[in-house]
Amino acid sequence: MSAADGGAPTLSVRNLETHFFTRDGVAKAVDGVSFYIGKGEIMGLVGESGSGKSVTGFSVIGLVDPPGEVVGGEVLFNGENLLAAGEERMRQLRGNRVAMIFQDPMMTLNPVLRVDTQMIETVLAHDKSVSKDEARQRARDALGQVGIPSPDERLKAYPHQFSGGMRQRVAIAIALLNKPDLIIADEPTTALDVTIQGQILYEAQKLCRETGTALIWITHDLAVVAGLADRICVMYAGRVVEQGKLDDVLDHPVHPYTVGLLGSVPGHNTRGQRLFQIPGMTPSLLKLPRGCSFQERCPRADAACGADPEITQPVPDRNVRCFHPHLEEAAE
Amino acid sequence: MTVFIIRRLMQSILVVFVMSFLVFGGVNLVGDPVEMMVSDEADQEERERVIRSMGLDKPWYAQYGIFVANALQGDLGKSFVYGEQALGIIVQRMPATFELALAALLMAIVIGIPLGVFAGLKPEARTSKVIMTGSILGFSLPTFWVGLMFIMVFAVVLGWLPSTGRGETVQLMGIDVSFLTFDGLSHLLLPAVNLALFKISLVIRLARAGTREIVHQDYIKFARAKGLSQERVILVHLMKNIMIPVVTVLGLEFGGLIAFSVVTETVFAWPGMGKLIIDSIQSLDRPVIVAYLMIIVLVFVVINLVVDVLYSILDPRVRLQDVKG
Amino acid sequence: MNTVAEQVEPLATPEAIEAKVETPFQRFVSSFLASKVATAALVVLAVLIFMAIFAPLISPTNPYDLAQVSVLDSKLPPGAKSFDGMTFWLGTDGAGRDLVSAMIYGLRISLGVGVMSGIVAMAIGAAIGLIAAFYGGRVENVIMRIVDIQLSFPAILVALILLAILGKGVDKIIIALIIVQWAYYARTVRGSALVERNKEYIEAATCLAIGHRRILFRHLLPNCLPPLIVVGTIQTAHAISLEATLSFLGVGLPVSEPSLGLLISNGFDYMLSGKYWISFFPGVALLVTIVSINLVGDQLRDVLNPRLER
Repeated sequence: MSAADGGAPTLSVRNLETHFFTRDGVAKAVDGVSFYIGKGEIMGLVGESGSGKSVTGFSVIGLVDPPGEVVGGEVLFNGENLLAAGEERMRQLRGNRVAMIFQDPMMTLNPVLRVDTQMIETVLAHDKSVSKDEARQRARDALGQVGIPSPDERLKAYPHQFSGGMRQRVAIAIALLNKPDLIIADEPTTALDVTIQGQILYEAQKLCRETGTALIWITHDLAVVAGLADRICVMYAGRVVEQGKLDDVLDHPVHPYTVGLLGSVPGHNTRGQRLFQIPGMTPSLLKLPRGCSFQERCPRADAACGADPEITQPVPDRNVRCFHPHLEEAAE
Repeated sequence: MTVFIIRRLMQSILVVFVMSFLVFGGVNLVGDPVEMMVSDEADQEERERVIRSMGLDKPWYAQYGIFVANALQGDLGKSFVYGEQALGIIVQRMPATFELALAALLMAIVIGIPLGVFAGLKPEARTSKVIMTGSILGFSLPTFWVGLMFIMVFAVVLGWLPSTGRGETVQLMGIDVSFLTFDGLSHLLLPAVNLALFKISLVIRLARAGTREIVHQDYIKFARAKGLSQERVILVHLMKNIMIPVVTVLGLEFGGLIAFSVVTETVFAWPGMGKLIIDSIQSLDRPVIVAYLMIIVLVFVVINLVVDVLYSILDPRVRLQDVKG
Repeated sequence: MNTVAEQVEPLATPEAIEAKVETPFQRFVSSFLASKVATAALVVLAVLIFMAIFAPLISPTNPYDLAQVSVLDSKLPPGAKSFDGMTFWLGTDGAGRDLVSAMIYGLRISLGVGVMSGIVAMAIGAAIGLIAAFYGGRVENVIMRIVDIQLSFPAILVALILLAILGKGVDKIIIALIIVQWAYYARTVRGSALVERNKEYIEAATCLAIGHRRILFRHLLPNCLPPLIVVGTIQTAHAISLEATLSFLGVGLPVSEPSLGLLISNGFDYMLSGKYWISFFPGVALLVTIVSINLVGDQLRDVLNPRLER
């Protein structure tokens, strides 16, 4: 693992394992995930639904609901192992040093509390010395920062008086309130219109550059990541199958899954051609094949794939879990 | 908001009128009041004089008209048994019933909500299972029988608490109340718990169902992701949401408490409206029955109105819709 | 490429094959019996019903045959012997009747009144609810308005008013209980029928000009049955409890028809002087009846329709 830019990474996740203990067996939603993210960096965490990308995000801030449980690995945040931290320590970090933005803006704000209440409490939960007026002032500034017009009035409103896009901006403003070192955004634009999505992506990118906040952007949409991230992590069935610099990975994917994923995105230059599709469907986490979990859908699979693929670096600054990576194309 | 209240007020008045008609019609089918007013030896002339004086010779709609006209002036007729204004007798008994019902309501909230929220937060815990079994029992057990058992255990066997009556009362703003004296409080305890049991079970179920639903909402998870303390998440974010259905239902159930106090008052000889109505039904004291029913209808209508307004205050989504509507 | 995917698919599990053998009814029975508490409640309920039906054969004495009752035996504690040597296991009441016998007969009346009123109310309520759901529009509005208004008043109050008007008697109390209960059934049936009515096959049936009655009874009604059975069970428990309460208050059954509630009421006067058994045992019998019906009802709800869980 090579730290891209100098200095210790803001977040370094090593061999994270989160299992769901269901009635039908143990689902390894996150199975040995490792990645890191530096100051001011934006990382796209990409995968289909059920690939474990959201669970990874929740595991980092310690909010996995039962029957899920983090069972192994390390989450080093500014050098501190969060998996060993107690509940009170985690509470102090959440919303303060690590913030999270959720997928559905219609559901993330409490419908019966005013926006100012929900913002001020976030400030006060982490700094008792701040007066209510100061906290309100900070809430106002945060709303202004994410481009909400007339923040004073909006503070007194209830969530249902906002549109979806506006609510997501409020949620982002809440995440920004305590100037965190890391924001985990779990598909924050999936529920929004494309134009609104564009605006929010632009704001997010700008904020990270300005404040040096690291950002993990979880999404299934490669197009979003392409326009936003510095680095990309591709997850499949609970594992990171490929990660590296954004442009490298998009231009020369090495893992067959990434190749398939990129091939199935319609683009302006694929017009008239048949879109590629990955055969079969995402396997159930309860019935994964032995060895590489992608082998049943993989055109390159052979007998070797019955064993667990290790993380290798077939090209510089690229981690891949595959026995048969697409090295020909990458070498071009 | 004002438009909304006025509209609800109009509806309420309509309901009161319809109910007054039903009550009047229904109760006038009961027995023959003339039989009660004249002695057996009275001759035909005497009987007719009584019938005329009671207005029973007039057609039903005229009788109903007189009834409404009198009722609007607060005159619902004199009790056959007590010889006083029926309305006066009821109003005199009202504070006792209201005190009992309010005490029960308070218990339902203070006991029911914490237990229900707990059972909702930790559905698998042993304590939760005990709570839920208790609430099933609270639903199943007939109130009167539980009351009897209370008397047997706490009054007869243990001798800790008195079993009948209201105890010592003091005046509070011109109304006799029991809860301010120790003696009164000890008399109030058993009947209030008895009356409250069913509602406690109901509140437990409501609070549990609400908690189970809301605890999985994104906004609760988001509140935790903001680093709020567990107490704040539960007491503010969760509670404020479950209070909406609980307050609505409990408000509506207050009428039920007053109606159900009939049973508790009979068991504990509590001198309220409920005991009065049972006595009156048995002695066919028609004016008192009518007065009681009209008062109950009025209480129900007022409660419904208050709950609607309260609901709209609690839930900002409803509040704003009504401003527009 | 596709062959890989195909190899994965046809993995019929042994469970899937077994599940096909079970008929829906068998599945219903086995999932009902999965709960030990509910099974026990069902057994208790069956015993109670059996006792109620065969009361004259089971009961040690006939408590209403004046020749068999002696005032000399009145208020004997449990286990005492009568002057002619018979043991009163649960004691005797104020009139010298054997309490066991009185309870068995009382159970017969309580269950009879509850079940009878439940069945009639169910039939009436279901019919009205079906009509409301099927015809919709103004018919539905009027019916549901009446249902709402009635349900906004507590059952005990409505029953009390009705009995004040009707007077005492088995027939009177059954009528009162029917009037109290029909609205619950109407609301339940209308709710499920509405869901069903909006499905496409009903529309198709209407287009095919299939008769109204056939659609109502062959298509809508069967789909309303599961919730109806659940509500019916729980309502019957309510009806029994309500009858007992009203009888206890002295406005329900006449003294000549002593249900469990009336037995409890009779014993109430003696309770303060420590003769607890006269009220206590009929109360326990009432309780066991109501709780076992409720437990069976709860389990039926879980098995038949998890959506009903509140």
